[in-house]
Amino acid sequence: MFSALGHYALRIVAETGDLARFTSRGFCSAVGSRRLGRRLVRSVYEQGVRCLPVILIVGLFTGLVLGLQAYHTLNRFGSAALLGPLVALTLIRELAPVLAALMLVGQAGSALTAELGIQRNSEQIDALETMGIDPLGFLVAPRLLAALIVFPIMTGFFALIGLVGGWLSACVLLPLPGNVYWASIDRAVKGADVGECLVKALVFGALTIALCCHNGFNAHRRTGATGARAVSASTTRAVVFSSIGVLAADFLITSLLV
Amino acid sequence: MPDTPTPPLLATHGLVKRFGDQIVLADVTLAVPRGRVLAVIGKSGTGKSVLLKCLAGVLTPDGGEVLFEGRPLGAPPAAAEGLCPAETPGAEALAAFRRRCSYLFQGNALLDSLTAWENVALPLEQATLLPKAEIRARVTEALRRLELEADAKRYPAQMSGGMQKRLALARALVTRPEIVLFDEPTAGLDPLRRNAVFGLIAHAQREFGFTAVVVTHDLPEALAACDHLALLDHGRIRFSGTPAEFAATPDPVVAAFRDSPATLARDIASLRAGAALPAEPD
Repeated sequence: MFSALGHYALRIVAETGDLARFTSRGFCSAVGSRRLGRRLVRSVYEQGVRCLPVILIVGLFTGLVLGLQAYHTLNRFGSAALLGPLVALTLIRELAPVLAALMLVGQAGSALTAELGIQRNSEQIDALETMGIDPLGFLVAPRLLAALIVFPIMTGFFALIGLVGGWLSACVLLPLPGNVYWASIDRAVKGADVGECLVKALVFGALTIALCCHNGFNAHRRTGATGARAVSASTTRAVVFSSIGVLAADFLITSLLV
Repeated sequence: MPDTPTPPLLATHGLVKRFGDQIVLADVTLAVPRGRVLAVIGKSGTGKSVLLKCLAGVLTPDGGEVLFEGRPLGAPPAAAEGLCPAETPGAEALAAFRRRCSYLFQGNALLDSLTAWENVALPLEQATLLPKAEIRARVTEALRRLELEADAKRYPAQMSGGMQKRLALARALVTRPEIVLFDEPTAGLDPLRRNAVFGLIAHAQREFGFTAVVVTHDLPEALAACDHLALLDHGRIRFSGTPAEFAATPDPVVAAFRDSPATLARDIASLRAGAALPAEPD
């Protein structure tokens, strides 16, 4: 059993090192990559624009539920006026970066893992290499850079629509005055809170998209599965590990910044 | 001072490639002279495509070496392994080789998110410093030659297998490479298109003077279009020589391959006459 545990631990360390090297190479390869802008725009569209409806829907319902729960809890202690800050700080510091990242992993991350896995299986990545084109610069760099643009923007949208959801719950469905809600948010939210949100969004973006790219790019190295099964196994693995990674990184960043 | 003999443009020396316990290439030593067309033939599953991938640097041999102008090529898919290309030995030679080489994949390996035009333009846009007008002219010319002008805006998935093959061929030739590695260039094509593709390879070879290695099953076309033939059998080169030598050799394995159309005709005739089919040779 100890041998198996040791073997597993060594594998995790090796894979983490491999991921770190892959990610740094992915970012560095952007430097010499030609026509990167066009591919970056496409990646921003795929990761951002196509995921926007999901982000808005999930953000709205998160705000609605948060508003309802928080209002009734705070009202018991006569502190309903603090609803705005509670909803805003919860969304900005925790829920928006985490839930937006999880939504983006589920939609954009899984899609790009599958796309890269199929490109690996159908020798498209080998073809790039034989043409003297760095596949990391061509396929991975634009996706990594796009994540740094998309995740903060999507997190912002999530937080804003979540605040609107909280307002709908508290001020439309329940009797809290709207001016109290918005004014208390304005007083409570500081630059540091937005900064924490931005840091988390950037870290989650780089981490999850790197994990997804790494899994798709190396689908052929997956043991125990080949072809379409390797692509599906890589996609599942990318989504699971990215989701765990987001929550673990969230704890780490929060414990450092709080 | 004595003249040193010019090394062949591309050569392998004692090449070995394994996949798990299976030895695909046992000991392949082969030379591809400059400006010649070498056809590699052999039964399915004998490792012809693996040999070509080792030549192109897509696969790393487990033993032996690939020599380009006498210099060993480095361990290749640096990017695939997440390594910096400069970290791998012989990587410079490999990079130089790739700038001068094209590869036509058996499955075409066209980028399915790009149109036919973009696929052909890709190696010129990404791996050369040619001006846009020159790229446009070359891509137009390549598509025209392969009768794909009208399909320039279509995606590979919207094309037939034959059209995809011609598109891959256009992409392989558009860079005007010095070496072209063709993996089953005529697989899935009808006889007329097959002849046209071999004719095109021969024509382009004479025009641009590239060196070619063609992996194929189409023996008559290969004999007509190539200068040299190599027969791969059980991971080793069983025969290497000119088409005339191929026609004359008494080697039973070569003879079985060479005479397969006649053998088939004889077998069919026997079958029609009611006799049992003979066992397949090893």
